Amino acid sequence: MQRYSLFSLLGHALRGDDRWPRAWRAPEPKKSYDAVIIGGGGHGLATAYYLAKQHGIRDVAVLEKGWLGGGNTGRNTTIVRSNYHLDANAHFYEFSLKLWERLSQELNFNVMYSARGVLNLVHTPADIDAAMRRGNAMRLNGIDAKFLLRDEIAAWIPRLDCSPNARFPVLGGLLQPRGGTVRHDAVAWGYARAADALGVDIIQQCEVTGLRIESGAVTAVQTTCGDIRTAKVGVAVAGHSSQLAAMAGIKLPIESHVLQAMVSEPVKPCLDTVVTSGAVHFYISQSDKGELVMGGDLDFYNSYAQRGNLPKIAEVVAACTALFPSFGRLRLMRTWGGIMDMTMDGSPIIGKLPVKGLYMTGGWCYGGFKATPASGYTHAWTIARDEPHPLNAPFTLERFAQGRLLDEKGAGPYPWAH
Amino acid sequence: MLLIPCPWCGPRNQIEFTYGGDATLRRPAPDAPEATWVEYVYLRENPSGPHDELWYHGAGCRQWFAVRRNTRTHAILASAPIGQPLQEGADT
Repeated sequence: MQRYSLFSLLGHALRGDDRWPRAWRAPEPKKSYDAVIIGGGGHGLATAYYLAKQHGIRDVAVLEKGWLGGGNTGRNTTIVRSNYHLDANAHFYEFSLKLWERLSQELNFNVMYSARGVLNLVHTPADIDAAMRRGNAMRLNGIDAKFLLRDEIAAWIPRLDCSPNARFPVLGGLLQPRGGTVRHDAVAWGYARAADALGVDIIQQCEVTGLRIESGAVTAVQTTCGDIRTAKVGVAVAGHSSQLAAMAGIKLPIESHVLQAMVSEPVKPCLDTVVTSGAVHFYISQSDKGELVMGGDLDFYNSYAQRGNLPKIAEVVAACTALFPSFGRLRLMRTWGGIMDMTMDGSPIIGKLPVKGLYMTGGWCYGGFKATPASGYTHAWTIARDEPHPLNAPFTLERFAQGRLLDEKGAGPYPWAH
Repeated sequence: MLLIPCPWCGPRNQIEFTYGGDATLRRPAPDAPEATWVEYVYLRENPSGPHDELWYHGAGCRQWFAVRRNTRTHAILASAPIGQPLQEGADT
């Protein structure tokens, strides 16, 4: 791997800028590997990277049925944060945020982490109580949190309607200053390049069709490019975890739902933070290209279609124009959908499955992108040592049967409600 | 937009309805083994393809009913009142 630096940039500029090497190889799959990771999104590529980097397991293949980062890694709204209430979630996502903070240096690839803050607006006195409670829980867990009053928010975000007559009156907001955004595609590319440099084979256009299991242990992965023998398989295919688990005869506490997001036409910088509202379930930020990136609720029915329907788009846009009236002048440029693994308690599943040598990271609900580094780190740890890291120990599949649910919202076993 | 065929009111816009999830679940007996209850409360087939599911026509007749819908294409294949079989190809 050629390191990216000011000197390599200058050198290439002087030599015509046309001799950059490929960022990663395109190898033919071997007949066997020490470990196979299914899914070439951020989570799978991060798993492979940390397996090679932290655990010295370099004989690894990442199998991707489409192209790298073509699933939810390329379909999210790029927000990173760790503003969770429950201890297990707070510790896990805070570890992830700490990895984000120095990921560009770690991978020698600019992932464009921007600590522009994540602001959760509050609109009612009950919202204030809930935000104060969550903010205090975060601070007790060593996470930055700050409550802003309405006047501070109005001065900071002039386009937000903070007037007393607003459709959703702004009473204040809970800010996590270190939250922000990361360029999503760069996460897949950065992990792919760094993993490839450590010897990981990244194989695209290779779909897994079955798992060979003998005497309760994984022995091979069956794919459209032939069978690959391996004793350890990590599944990182959120959106389709149920399908992969079914190949091993396992039924998961997951439903797949479609979540839409959309961008406006690009405009000059006008919003320098991430604004969210729990009351209307809406979130918005401005990309470096100038588009306003926004999203809201699920479509609320099971789906694998990677596209949703107009009523939810209308709800998101209605929330946007209620909070930011001037954005009503903009045109929507693009909408898309991604398939979420929605679990029965709204928290992910990272750990061992009841087949020897089979592991998964999935069930990410809305929260997969910000978890990418920690998911890969703990998934790799679990695969390498056949036991969970302390950070993912609470996120077992067995917690549902054991009644140790991690239900941040207290919504109960209705996956579309989280 | 989904055009959902209510067995009582005919085809209506999806915004009139609320989703109720997997229609194939059957509540176990109160004294059923714990594993049966765990399966009923938490585990789902989550099929990629035809899915039998419940919908509630809150802005219409306020009845629950069953729909068979393809989760890959969103095409609606059948609908029927609770307790009646879902018949694909029937005039819904």
